[in-house]
Amino acid sequence: MTEASAVEVRGLRYAFGDTTAVDGVELTVCQGEIFGLLGPNGAGKTTTIRAITALLPVPPGTISVFGLDVARRRMAVRRLIGYVPQQLSADSGLTGVENVSLFARLFDVPRRQRRARVDEALAMMGLTEAAGRLAKTYSGGMIRRLELAQALVSSPRLLILDEPTIGLDPVARASVWERVGAVRAETGMTVLLTTHYMEEAEQSCDRVALMHRGRLGTLGTPRELIDGLGIPGGTLDDVFRAYSGGSLDDDGQKGIRDVRATRRTAGRLG
Amino acid sequence: MSAPLAAPLAGSVDIDRRMSPRLVLSRVVALCVVELQKLSHDRSELLTRAVQPALWLIVFGVTFTKLHAIPTGGVPYLDFLAPGVLAQSVLFISIFYGIQIIWERDAGVLAKLMVTPTPRAALVAGKAFAAGVRGLAQAVVVYLIAELLGVHFTVNPARLLGVVAVVLLGAAFFCCLSVTIAGLVLSRDRMMGIGQAIMMPLFFASNALYPVSLMPQWLQWINHVNPLSYQVEALRGLLIGTPARLWLDFGVLILATAVGIAAASGLLGRLAR
Repeated sequence: MTEASAVEVRGLRYAFGDTTAVDGVELTVCQGEIFGLLGPNGAGKTTTIRAITALLPVPPGTISVFGLDVARRRMAVRRLIGYVPQQLSADSGLTGVENVSLFARLFDVPRRQRRARVDEALAMMGLTEAAGRLAKTYSGGMIRRLELAQALVSSPRLLILDEPTIGLDPVARASVWERVGAVRAETGMTVLLTTHYMEEAEQSCDRVALMHRGRLGTLGTPRELIDGLGIPGGTLDDVFRAYSGGSLDDDGQKGIRDVRATRRTAGRLG
Repeated sequence: MSAPLAAPLAGSVDIDRRMSPRLVLSRVVALCVVELQKLSHDRSELLTRAVQPALWLIVFGVTFTKLHAIPTGGVPYLDFLAPGVLAQSVLFISIFYGIQIIWERDAGVLAKLMVTPTPRAALVAGKAFAAGVRGLAQAVVVYLIAELLGVHFTVNPARLLGVVAVVLLGAAFFCCLSVTIAGLVLSRDRMMGIGQAIMMPLFFASNALYPVSLMPQWLQWINHVNPLSYQVEALRGLLIGTPARLWLDFGVLILATAVGIAAASGLLGRLAR
């Protein structure tokens, strides 16, 4: 490997009771790339993300983020991560500025820099004009961009996005990708995201990994995976079908917890 | 423009291997600020939540004062009742936080907070004192209603400071109790039922409405382990000058809050999973 890694996952397994959500995942996310974790609902994407963010207990030596063992250095790892969950989770009773300021405080952004950093994060997400309004007046796309501002205000080295465009209309989706691309271009930040929109992954990700039933099916650049399939004019959708048996749905994996209450704000499939 | 966002905070990586008091304090302040901001955007809640204590004071309090049915040691019954009603309205606000934390779990907010460099105990303490801030805003409203009804509360600043401390501690404990139960039952529907089911017994098995001496023996035992009673005793002592064991009351409230924060933060991981 020529570049240093941002995330290393070695033999990750995780089970909720009898249901194995993740079964021996190995992957490396390089610094500065946009890495997409793809797969149908219940494939184990969210569980993998939750393990990387230390929300789920994992044994030492399984996951490291910028060389720090997640199991041993939980707080230090979290300082490096900006995280946007699947649900639209900004606080509707607060203004845009207040929502972002909270995260500036929680990440110990020094008081003197706080206001400037909050304004800058909001500006990067095109929310300067709406910054003083309550988030309950925002559209879905604006809330998602507000959450990105919340995640970016601490200057993370790794941005983790769980289904960033789920439930958004096409214009809002395009805008979210555009902003994520712009942040990466400007800061060189590493981005790890999950999605099951293959077209978006093909356009936005440097490398993707396909997950199915808790295992990693294949990993590479979208081009490599499509070419490897040998279908003329093939797309990532075809790769997805080849690895997940043609089904986009849970096929028997409905018990997995990452799908539990999380799709309330969003359509099940785009 | 990109430079400050690109650079991680210098030297920040190693500062929080252990939980420092400064870190806890900063998280508590952050979450209290949010609570005040929310309150400032929606003040109607202060008024709607004032309805119930107002009814207790105006209907129940005024009527029972005329009846002279409850021996309160020479204190008018309304004066005796008012600190109890104040404690009750703070209790009702705090118990809501367990339902709120389940809602936050479902909405992804809890996971987002837990992925920040905030130890769980600091997160729970932050929530607990945010409940205290809201309780305090409510206490001001109840204080004013009681004054309007002719209750003679203290205006001594030192005593009022004591009242602030008692309200904060009481709210923090009951918030933690509620979050602990939320961490055990994990579902909003069950939490709503349990919230209702524990609120009234806590209230009736306390000295909020009547002196302990009137209670049957079994209820007195419950009263002795009910932190609400110590909260009411302290409030009553500070606000209307009835005899109170303030050291004991504060001791019980501080201990209860500490145990509550420990229990709730121990169960927070269950909610996030």
